[in-house]
Amino acid sequence: MPRDVTVTVDGRRISAPEGSTLASAMLGAEVTHFRTSVTGAPRAPVCGMGVCFECRVTVDGRPHQRSCLIPCTDGMRVETSPNEIGAWAPPPDAVHESRSCDVAVVGGGPAGIAAAVAASAAGARVIVIDQGMRPGGQIWRHRDPAALPKAARNWLARLGEKGGGAPPEWLARSTVFDARVGEDIVLRLTGEGARGCGAVRARRVVLATGARELLLPFDGWTLPGVLALGGAQALLKGGMVVRGKRAVVAGSGPLLLPVAAALSRAGARVMFVAEQAPIAQAAAFAAGLWSHPAKLWQAAAYGASLRGATVRFGTWVRSAEGDQGRVARVRLTNGRRAWTVPCDLLCASYGFVPAVELARLMGCDVERGRVAVDALQRTTVPNVWCAGEPTGVAGEAAALVEGRIAGLDAAGDEARARSARLQRARDGWRRFGERLTDAFRPRDEVRRLASDSTVVCRCEDVRRESLDPSWSVRQAKLYTRITMGPCQGMVCGAACTSLFGWSPGTVRPPVGGTEVARLG
Amino acid sequence: MTDGARFGARRTARPDVVIVGAGIVGAACALALAREQLDVQIVDASFAGSGSTAAAMGHLVVMDDTPAQLALTSFSRGLWDRMADELPAGCEYEMRGTVWVAGNDEEMEAARAKQAVYAAHGVASSLVDAAELARMEPALRPGLAGALSVPGDGVLYPPNAARWCIERAVALGAVVRERCEAVALSRGAVRVRAAGGVEESISAGAIVIAAGIDAPRLVPELPIVPRKGHLVITDRYPGLCHAQLVELGYLRSAHGLSGESVAFNVQPRATGQLLIGSSRQLAGRDGAIDDVVLGAMVRRATSFLPALARCDVVRVWTGFRPATPDGLPLIGRWHAEPGVWIAAGHEGLGITTAPGTAALIAADLVGRAPPIDPAPYDPGRPMRPASDATPEEHACRAT
Ligand SMILES: Cc1cc2nc3c(=O)[nH]c(=O)nc-3n(C[C@H](O)[C@H](O)[C@H](O)COP(=O)(O)OP(=O)(O)OC[C@H]3O[C@@H](n4cnc5c(N)ncnc54)[C@H](O)[C@@H]3O)c2cc1C
Ligand code: FES
Repeated sequence: MPRDVTVTVDGRRISAPEGSTLASAMLGAEVTHFRTSVTGAPRAPVCGMGVCFECRVTVDGRPHQRSCLIPCTDGMRVETSPNEIGAWAPPPDAVHESRSCDVAVVGGGPAGIAAAVAASAAGARVIVIDQGMRPGGQIWRHRDPAALPKAARNWLARLGEKGGGAPPEWLARSTVFDARVGEDIVLRLTGEGARGCGAVRARRVVLATGARELLLPFDGWTLPGVLALGGAQALLKGGMVVRGKRAVVAGSGPLLLPVAAALSRAGARVMFVAEQAPIAQAAAFAAGLWSHPAKLWQAAAYGASLRGATVRFGTWVRSAEGDQGRVARVRLTNGRRAWTVPCDLLCASYGFVPAVELARLMGCDVERGRVAVDALQRTTVPNVWCAGEPTGVAGEAAALVEGRIAGLDAAGDEARARSARLQRARDGWRRFGERLTDAFRPRDEVRRLASDSTVVCRCEDVRRESLDPSWSVRQAKLYTRITMGPCQGMVCGAACTSLFGWSPGTVRPPVGGTEVARLG
Repeated sequence: MTDGARFGARRTARPDVVIVGAGIVGAACALALAREQLDVQIVDASFAGSGSTAAAMGHLVVMDDTPAQLALTSFSRGLWDRMADELPAGCEYEMRGTVWVAGNDEEMEAARAKQAVYAAHGVASSLVDAAELARMEPALRPGLAGALSVPGDGVLYPPNAARWCIERAVALGAVVRERCEAVALSRGAVRVRAAGGVEESISAGAIVIAAGIDAPRLVPELPIVPRKGHLVITDRYPGLCHAQLVELGYLRSAHGLSGESVAFNVQPRATGQLLIGSSRQLAGRDGAIDDVVLGAMVRRATSFLPALARCDVVRVWTGFRPATPDGLPLIGRWHAEPGVWIAAGHEGLGITTAPGTAALIAADLVGRAPPIDPAPYDPGRPMRPASDATPEEHACRAT
């Protein structure tokens, strides 16, 4: 059993199991107001994975820290109104050191792990860079290793093994904020884990940056207690306590049932599960799963653990209302009628958006929001590969195969990367991904839920009414600051695409932000 | 009105004035001319405030590099101040003041000289000793010699200021056409190409070229070159500093047109964010972030304001200042082509000097006496590089 650690939040002592994220520990201790928005509204964690910047607090004197990325440590001092700078300072000089390798893998989820394992088995010196505390990415990271599926356990174990060369080196809590492609590729790092190493110099790079959830604005989506589906999952894994809470799970895609099941297992009362896709569409997708029997079993198992909850297709969230600064009710609709369901937690998101910022920064071609790759996962930029969700959302099995191909080819083993077995698996999963995306594509009503007064940009509190659909995204950004907040449009950019059809703006370093000192 | 230009009914096929460019300068001209009851059309290849104006820091600052610069900046700053009450919140206007920081006794001498120049021109400023500076701006590094404080300087958010000027002008009857590019000038007319590729010719009593760094595309003789600058903006840290902090060495950096330079220049925004500048280099139109220049700029800034090092950066960007060889803008009639006026080349001061520029253009177009002596800004003046300034101008410089 992990021991407990004690953290002070606004002077109040709370305890949490060691290894919990700060965000989860705070939510477990009923903290609902993490930060105050620029127009004075209370905000709390949403994405659970470092994307939304809503969980920012001051940690040991340093403001604006994402509590979902920070492990609790004994004696940590937290304030929920981040503003003035305290005593925090980066240790001098550390940021200028760099490390070299043959293959750098950015992202330590299934795709990144598979790439790293394959490349190192083929004899390459590999460094994996990841934002999280532990390997595994959004899907494996937070789970008790013993509770992971066998395949995942195997991969994680192999990450530590010697293959043809040394085992891959793991750089945790580090984020690539800038990349320069020359003869070598230089990745500049930020984050706690990057204290001892400011940059990685690599011959070749595999981008396995994953995806983030699509959040679509509706009235009340900024209320504390409204979470993304994967966000709820990550926060639960990080130790969030939901016992006795009433939860509504809504949105779209295959995360819906697992999240509802996880909430229910953790003691929440799941009141309603609302999938926006029409039943016929979802059923057609499920029928197509005959070639992936494991998926069918999974779905059946989730269904069984959800007895008691109402599950409806063709149903979606219209708005949410709060009491005392947190969500209290959700208004659901099926397009014909609307009704209200009381809740303490509302989990709602609409599938995934490939994380292509780094690829764009490096100059890789991106088509329809996905990094363009060939059969070997090579991007259009020499020496840069891409695997997993950035090339199209298709889930962990697809990520594992693509990562493997990319890792082998990046390490020079083109023959095995081209092997019929891998290529067949890759093609199969890609088709699966296409069907998945089609089946759960958000309907028009869901994409346009924002009313005039809905906040579209959570970082800068830009409301729908101040945006003119005839603008370009750059115009909107300059006139209203939309997409110019700390999340750099990772949340509102996709919302703008849904609402107005605006294409994403330019990508510039520092991607995801960094400290001033690291630019110097 | 002169030169036979006809200024007739409003919103006709032949407007009184066509302004090319809706940056801060063109926008300010549109507002000033609409206020003169002229029939104004303004075209922009992109949208209002999208050019250099989008990249600028928005420091409204009196500068005394030359007497002409001092005259235009102090006149213009006064005009902004008079508009302050009208500006909507989105323009983020604040009279923050500038604190010109002296690193050593020699620079403190320069601060004294600067104060004398300001006093002679009626610009309020006061010398601040080391202890007082530490009290005013405790985040500055210890050991500085002192500063010159100029309380009347301001800050605003340039893209929205341009947009506001345009909206005000439109309310007075001006017509704005965005995504409409001027492609050529010929005898009292300007040929424009609208978004769909449709071309048309607009003839007007006067054509004002306010196209910033692109002005030479329409008038190739104009000696304007893009001068690149980097800016960094942080997350919100309200109260870290109070006034816009600039090192006295900034003038040295801003001066001349060759070489690369960086200077400590940090601006507290109304949002609580900190805007970190500034750099200058000639790099053609390559807007890519230059790590070497950016790094030098950031180290300069953190050397004066150590706490900055720990702040989180949200964005970095670059922009181009429309620079001229002698550092002064080109404002007034273009004698080589009848019916054409120039309002361009404002280098790093166009946000500050837009209203003054507009007032000069408006006075000339309606035949009123100019509010300040326009001669130094005559676009046809013989240009000499700023580095061979006269002794009198040298005396004017702070460093
Ligand atoms: C990094 C940086 C920091 C700065 N900081 C400050 C500061 O603190 N204070 C200050 O006072 N100034 C500052 N400046 C300077 C200021 O930005 C410029 O002087 C000012 O914006 C120039 O305005 P403009 O209207 O002439 O040019 P622009 O803003 O570039 O406007 C020109 C417009 O003309 C349009 N255009 C061009 N060609 C055509 C055509 N053929 N047809 C139609 N339209 C056309 C463009 O689309 C553009 O919108 C800074 C500049 C930079 C780069
Ligand atoms: S939501 Fe973060 S920038 Fe808009």
